Amino acid sequence: MLEMINVSKRVGNELHIDNVSLKFERGSLNVLLGPTLAGKTSLMRLMAGLDRPSSGDIQVDGKSVLGMQVRHRNVAMVYQQFINYPGFSVYDNIASPMRLAGVDTAKLDKRVREAADLLRLTEYLDRMPLQLSGGQQQRTAIARALVKQADLVLLDEPLANLDYKLREELRVELPKIFAQTGAILLYATTEPHEALLLGGQSATLHQGKVTQFGKTIDVYNNPQSLTTAQTFSDPPFNTVALTKQGGELRFGNANVANIPQKINALNDGDYTAAVRPHHLSLAPSEKHSVAVQAEVGTSEITGSETFVHVNANGNRWVVLTHGVHRVNPGEQITLYVDPASLYLFDHQQSLVHAPEQYAQG
Amino acid sequence: MKRTKIIVVFVYILFLMLPIYWLLNMSFKTTNEILGGFSWYPQNFTLDSYITIFTDPTWYNGYINSITYVLINTVISVSFALPAAYAFSRYRFMGDKHLFFWLLSNRMAPPAVFVLPFVELYSAMSLFDTPLAVALAHCLFNVPLAVWILEGFMSGVPREVDETAYIDGYSFPHFFVKIFMPLIAAGIGVTAFFCFMFSWVEMLLAKNLTSVSAKPIVAIMTKTASTSGYELGLLAAAGALTIVPGAIVIWFVRKYIAKGFALGRV
Repeated sequence: MLEMINVSKRVGNELHIDNVSLKFERGSLNVLLGPTLAGKTSLMRLMAGLDRPSSGDIQVDGKSVLGMQVRHRNVAMVYQQFINYPGFSVYDNIASPMRLAGVDTAKLDKRVREAADLLRLTEYLDRMPLQLSGGQQQRTAIARALVKQADLVLLDEPLANLDYKLREELRVELPKIFAQTGAILLYATTEPHEALLLGGQSATLHQGKVTQFGKTIDVYNNPQSLTTAQTFSDPPFNTVALTKQGGELRFGNANVANIPQKINALNDGDYTAAVRPHHLSLAPSEKHSVAVQAEVGTSEITGSETFVHVNANGNRWVVLTHGVHRVNPGEQITLYVDPASLYLFDHQQSLVHAPEQYAQG
Repeated sequence: MKRTKIIVVFVYILFLMLPIYWLLNMSFKTTNEILGGFSWYPQNFTLDSYITIFTDPTWYNGYINSITYVLINTVISVSFALPAAYAFSRYRFMGDKHLFFWLLSNRMAPPAVFVLPFVELYSAMSLFDTPLAVALAHCLFNVPLAVWILEGFMSGVPREVDETAYIDGYSFPHFFVKIFMPLIAAGIGVTAFFCFMFSWVEMLLAKNLTSVSAKPIVAIMTKTASTSGYELGLLAAAGALTIVPGAIVIWFVRKYIAKGFALGRV
């Protein structure tokens, strides 16, 4: 078990990690999710022991590891850049941690070949890392992390620099490969859908703070604050300030009377409503009943989906619809919102209402 | 167009090679012929000058002395600069940038400034007239140069490689020798070359810090006259031989020098 207790890291005048407390169980898969500069790498470096926290404590199985040198900790790390020893062959690269640990030659050879087999590197074992493709280089780095059989495996955006196909493949394989070792697996990513695909538990990071930590799907469905919601949404949540009065929601000059029971039960007052881009519709339906006027900014067609960027009453919104929809910039369109899919946050940006089907319990 | 290019290059090389040709030309002539008339090639070809240099201890000891202090200096400079350059490349500490620039500024002082204190100091420590005295004195400008060049090569190696090594379980010395030094081997080669070259060509300190037993070749070459009068052929031969070690060393590192230039550190 790895535990971070009130850990902060200050570099110069900047607070890179702000009072983080986290607890990871053995054999668990944990995702660190946050935009660039949120502190994912800083946090991993603290866990690995490459940096020392300015305050707070890091404990492994209840014992502080703060003073312990990196090389005495049982840690493995894979960086976003493909880091190998350029002067060693792939075989020696993978074997390196075991050689230092004094594993006997027969066992070492067996483990290197197993790992190479698992990561499809067998035919490249005699090559030098720089003679390999990016994907193969990264697989070498992963193999080296794997053979070490470390208690803590830190994967810092390991797939970010790989091409799409390879990323899809490795993303499925990686958790499986490491799950067998019983290690605490930490996986940093900037992409919400990657976190969802990996599952496990997620910690969302924002400006050095952990905004939420829990089962990935729970964090996604019930973000406790608007910040977490935005971190865990790509494209971003569409937000609008609104006022609840009596049985009505008001925003801009629109009134919504037919609102879900649960929202109706809230106190009157000002709220921030947020709705996911795919819960907006370009056509009315029984559920999508609330009409909002908007002006089209741009639209992006990915093939199976269309992103329409609009300006709705001064708010920048994104609509995600299936299929190809041709809309022209400047065109006035009507969007339809399903009131049942609304998230509501109070003026402190804390969640007060999540859509019915996702509510906790 | 292509022809003009070839002509320009040809003329350029001709100009560059002319003094070297003339030196070789002279080294195969007798002194009388040199002082006599103008000739493009030796009329009475002779190897006497070279034979004298290789048989007369006052001459060949000069080479031995020079090579001794140059090698000592190269070894000291590179081995001291390696850890220093690593610190500058990997750590941030108070005044690091100023210190780094100060190192370079050491090269701005003319060696003449340091001759007197060095002579005084080395005499007091009985180092005067030893190869070690010259080798240490040359560290004054070679260590900063070596740090400067090596830092450029070291910064080209991602810090993550160091960290990966620590995570894998390498201790610092083990990592430095086994992984890091091979990665910057080209840089070490280029650095050694420059230390060698600057120490080899430096005359002022080398001449003044020695008297008899450690006299370097550059100092011996300044005696133009002997009992038998002017010996210009001998001097030319000595000059030609002095070019040889530099040429040999540059042949080994020619591929890496370009890399050094690309890093802006050479």
